[in-house]
Amino acid sequence: MPRTRIEIPDEIEHFSILDQEGNLDSGLEPNIADETLLQLYHYMLLGRRFDERLLSLQRQGRVGTFAPISGQEASQLGTAAVLRPSDWLVPAFRETAAELWRGRTMESVMLYFNGYSEGVEIPDERNDFPISVPVGSQILHAVGIAWASQYRGKDDVAMAFFGDGATSQGDFHEGLNFAGVFRIPVIFVCQNNQWAISLPRKKQTRSETLAQKAIAYGIKGIQVDGNDVLAVYAAASEAAQRARAGDGATFIECVTYRLSVHTTADDPKRYRTDEEVELWQQRDPIKRFQKYLVTKGLLSEEKVAAAETAVKEEIQAAVDRAEEQMKNPGDPLYMFEHAYAQMPPHLVEQKEYLARALSSQKKG
Amino acid sequence: MPKMTMVQALNLALRQEMDKDDRVIVLGEDVGLDGGVFRVTDGLYQQFSDKRVVDTPLAESAIVGMSIGMAAYGLRPVCEIQFSGFSYQAFHQLENHAARLRWRSRGRFSVPMVMRTPCSGGVRALEHHSESREAYYAHTPGLKMVIPSGPRNARALLVSAIRDPDPVIFYEPKSLYRAFREEVPEEEEAIPIGTSQLAREGSDVTLISYGSMMRPTLEAASLLKEKDGIEAEVVDLLTISPLDDSLFTASVRKTGRAVIVHEAPRSFGPGAEIVSKIMEKSFYYLEAPIARVTGFDVVVPLFNRENAYLPNADRILRETRQVLAA
Ligand SMILES: Cc1ncc(C[n+]2csc(CCOP(=O)(O)OP(=O)(O)O)c2C)c(N)n1
Ligand SMILES: [Mg+2]
Repeated sequence: MPRTRIEIPDEIEHFSILDQEGNLDSGLEPNIADETLLQLYHYMLLGRRFDERLLSLQRQGRVGTFAPISGQEASQLGTAAVLRPSDWLVPAFRETAAELWRGRTMESVMLYFNGYSEGVEIPDERNDFPISVPVGSQILHAVGIAWASQYRGKDDVAMAFFGDGATSQGDFHEGLNFAGVFRIPVIFVCQNNQWAISLPRKKQTRSETLAQKAIAYGIKGIQVDGNDVLAVYAAASEAAQRARAGDGATFIECVTYRLSVHTTADDPKRYRTDEEVELWQQRDPIKRFQKYLVTKGLLSEEKVAAAETAVKEEIQAAVDRAEEQMKNPGDPLYMFEHAYAQMPPHLVEQKEYLARALSSQKKG
Repeated sequence: MPKMTMVQALNLALRQEMDKDDRVIVLGEDVGLDGGVFRVTDGLYQQFSDKRVVDTPLAESAIVGMSIGMAAYGLRPVCEIQFSGFSYQAFHQLENHAARLRWRSRGRFSVPMVMRTPCSGGVRALEHHSESREAYYAHTPGLKMVIPSGPRNARALLVSAIRDPDPVIFYEPKSLYRAFREEVPEEEEAIPIGTSQLAREGSDVTLISYGSMMRPTLEAASLLKEKDGIEAEVVDLLTISPLDDSLFTASVRKTGRAVIVHEAPRSFGPGAEIVSKIMEKSFYYLEAPIARVTGFDVVVPLFNRENAYLPNADRILRETRQVLAA
């Protein structure tokens, strides 16, 4: 028989629990504590309102270039929420909500996007990598981290974030392949927000789904409604369990949408229609989750209003603290710190040179 | 003559070369409908179609690797890497293949491609968007490395780069993209790759620079004249590799003093090579040690501290005065 069929898994599951209006498929309702649900809601709201605030500050020249997250709150929080503090989060550059969930402060985010190196300082208790700008490059680090955890016999997992565009990079394919070969306890979270700057998802790959790419590497792949925080949470919980049980990696494709600009330097009107944006606004992850929580009796109109006020105040306080801190421009010589464990002689010389140059510049 | 920004001047070069030669195609991330994130390829997609102006999937190694194949087949790909900080994903393709296919095939194949990429700092950008790593490419045998300093020479150099039979890395200092306008002739103009230019004549000291640092260097030269009555001669290298040493050799032999300015890190930077050339060819003419004014050997800091990193007219002035005093 020269031509035989080889059976491979040829189906990818699409997973959603809440419909567009926020109605529940009760058979699928995950078991999440009320407190966690409300916390998720709080962070989704915080993520959105902070994003909006950053955008308006950016337009006033009070924040530098940044990548907004609006529309992607459920994808980021449903996933990050299943991590334990000892797990590792390896973000790309559009995961502010996930980072806040993990304990990064809004001041830190503001400092970073204002060009202050102080904004990349990470407290010892947080196992999270800094933002990674080179698309897809961080995927490999997450695999390496999880591999090391496996080597040490720990059940800590690593979660890598990246976009639909990143799936075209070699690093993505190499990362998934290694994860498959060595059964690494890593969770790949792809936020398929339909766009990589001006390139639509359909021009990024001919594949029907991104999730199916997992099949080729022998790892579990699943596509979830990324604007349905319950489905995202459920899929991520399964992935974490799988990883901790020694059953290897999972690739989660979160189907979501970037409601805002790519970065504040971008003009999306050049490549996409308002109608498309409006369509996705109707699938807003926060509205859907809110509806579910109201139906469940955990939220009411008054509670929503109170949450909005609380979030607003929290943001205002953080903005005030950050702006206060930024009144101090910081020592320029700080740029020489942390280049190496020990400063080599040539950097000592350069640091002294800059100190002299700056002080004579001041004198004029 | 119309006055143009560097972005417009580069666009003109691409448009005219594409018009003349159907072997020329443009490929890269967001170069089509979006016109490139800096709009250098603006309107080309509409004029030449998506067949010749190609929005690629997000993969720098692929963009450069496929340009190599296309070039070997006889096309003249001009690929764009969105920021030079992301050209390293393609570095192995440049080092292992673009730079040596001619050599390895004993001349049977060649790689007449251009890799355009915005480089250097000064625009308050995010991390990985401010580096000057021309030394990597200049250090790679088989590549040519070009860095213009203004709209007019940018246009004339890009034309030559596209027509060049070998791979050219074309660094575009992004701080100059819209910093100023210059008259750029509509009719064809090309500056041969591998030729430097005199940007200012003088007899007391030679300032050697290129790219983004030409403006502070020229500013320092004016200040020297104004404040100290010193006549500085300024050489704009334009091509880093192959390095044209003829002008600065003649100049240093005349002035006996040299200062080299670049934004790239100090150690093993282009300045080190230029100093060596001066030592090899003009040592007996020197009247003072050569000075370098450069970026530091650390990552370009986030933009709040970036100004302290970048060389400026003040630093150039001070170093030059020391060279003059020696
Ligand atoms: C290696 C690399 N190439 C190019 C860029 C420029 N760039 C930044 S984001 C981006 C698109 C990324 O798309 P995607 O992976 O879908 O993430 P999204 O921006 O949609 O979150 C590009 C091309 C980069 N940062 N890194
Ligand atoms: Mg995307």
